Amino acid sequence: MPLMETLVKPVALKTKLCAERVDMVFHRDTKTTEVLNDINLEVSDGEFVCLLGPSGCGKSTLLSIMAGFLTPTSGHIRIDGEVVRGPDPRRIFVFQERGVFPWLTVEGNIGFGLFRLPRPEREQRIAYYVKMVGLQGFEKTYPPELSGGMKQRLEVARALAVNPDMLFLDEPFGALDSITRLIMRGELLRIWEAERKTIIFVTHDIDEAVQLADRVVVMSARPASVQQIVSIDIPHPRDISSPRYLELRDGIFKQIGLAHRV
Amino acid sequence: MTHIEPRTWERFFWPVLVCALLLALWHYCVVWTATRIFPSPLEVERGMAELLRQNVLWGDIVDSLRRVAVGFGAAAVLGIPLGLIFGWYPAANQVVNPAMQILRPISPIAWIPVAIIFFGVGDNAAIFLIFLGAFFPIVVSCTDGVSNVPSVSRRAGRNFGLSPLQLLAKVVFPAALPQIIVGLRIALGIAWLVVVAAEMIAVDSGLGYLIIDSRNSGKRYDLVVAAMLLIGVIGLALDLGFRKLERIKSVRWGFRDDS
Repeated sequence: MPLMETLVKPVALKTKLCAERVDMVFHRDTKTTEVLNDINLEVSDGEFVCLLGPSGCGKSTLLSIMAGFLTPTSGHIRIDGEVVRGPDPRRIFVFQERGVFPWLTVEGNIGFGLFRLPRPEREQRIAYYVKMVGLQGFEKTYPPELSGGMKQRLEVARALAVNPDMLFLDEPFGALDSITRLIMRGELLRIWEAERKTIIFVTHDIDEAVQLADRVVVMSARPASVQQIVSIDIPHPRDISSPRYLELRDGIFKQIGLAHRV
Repeated sequence: MTHIEPRTWERFFWPVLVCALLLALWHYCVVWTATRIFPSPLEVERGMAELLRQNVLWGDIVDSLRRVAVGFGAAAVLGIPLGLIFGWYPAANQVVNPAMQILRPISPIAWIPVAIIFFGVGDNAAIFLIFLGAFFPIVVSCTDGVSNVPSVSRRAGRNFGLSPLQLLAKVVFPAALPQIIVGLRIALGIAWLVVVAAEMIAVDSGLGYLIIDSRNSGKRYDLVVAAMLLIGVIGLALDLGFRKLERIKSVRWGFRDDS
């Protein structure tokens, strides 16, 4: 069947985001801090990329630049071929913590970015995403009454509700306990597989990166540069005790310069 | 450490006991010192009843509350937007802040002569003094509230494509609201303090006037103390009423639960 053949034929992946010679230098008082040094990176449409590096290396800064909150000292970020000049509802940033608005209910938070939609459509979308992240029954609840994991799911739902084509996640599960964190990773992968957004995920957790990403961008200590890019060629759901998983993980451990002994 | 919730009766019993002890102490102090000037609690109670019978008390209470409402209301209407602007534009704050910090510690009482030059002896002078007392805490709390809005919230708002005005209305204002409410509550307390002082000088009605008038016309200290206690009770009621605002769900996150 020739028709089937054309469908199955792999399509060349479109570049979604492109970082070109990005440098970032902070000036505070008389001190200059070089944070990012010549970052070059291409991310394909629908790809899940983890930025991995030691704490304080500048990976969050890079993510903020990608999202348009900061302007790089030199170089630029292109998304869909256009240079990023500021934040945009097509690309939503999910914050480390406290990103949800405590003065709005779960519904209010999810509907926050939908103020341009007519009411019936807005309500329909809110209901859809409440269900997607499993917050049914908590629609009228205020965030202080939610658990950490629920708050994080709420923030992801708020981001997804505006139907962005990219998500920037800045250590989104960092404040959660290890069990909730594992569950949240599964949830995120489920959502990603359903919606196929391009995701850039910042973490300092090697396991997290290898469990989630298509590619792991290993960054050096400050000033951060791209040290290595590791493709994780294991299909989801990933067996985290498989030899290939351990091999990839140990490779990154070595790359970062850690012996995996405690 | 475990925190033990007091039983319901205990929550009323102990405070009432303290009040009763203070009344008893007051009573016996009057008895022991055999004073002829200072009234005992019973005399004050009789004085209060007399005031109620004469039907002047309600007029005085309403007049005091009206002055506070107008002065405090004007301070809020002017102070909140100004505070929002100063918080939003730190440059504006830097320009105006030194002048404000000089004016702020001046007690409204010190303004009395100036108020009388501006407004003459009358209601407006009293209201002006209340306004002054309430204005600065409102502006300051509002400015701080806005500048304390976490950058995460502002960024999230910008990310969803809000215009600056929408950002102010939908993110900055609700985020600053708990602190604004605290400022309003402090300002209302000050307004209630100032109204009494203002009424002693500028007008001839209100609870402050009642105190000064009771003293001047016949040294009726029973009425003086009755009016004082009334001022205390009404002040408490105002504060409790305002505290109800802190329980509203969209601002409750900004207050500790155990307060």
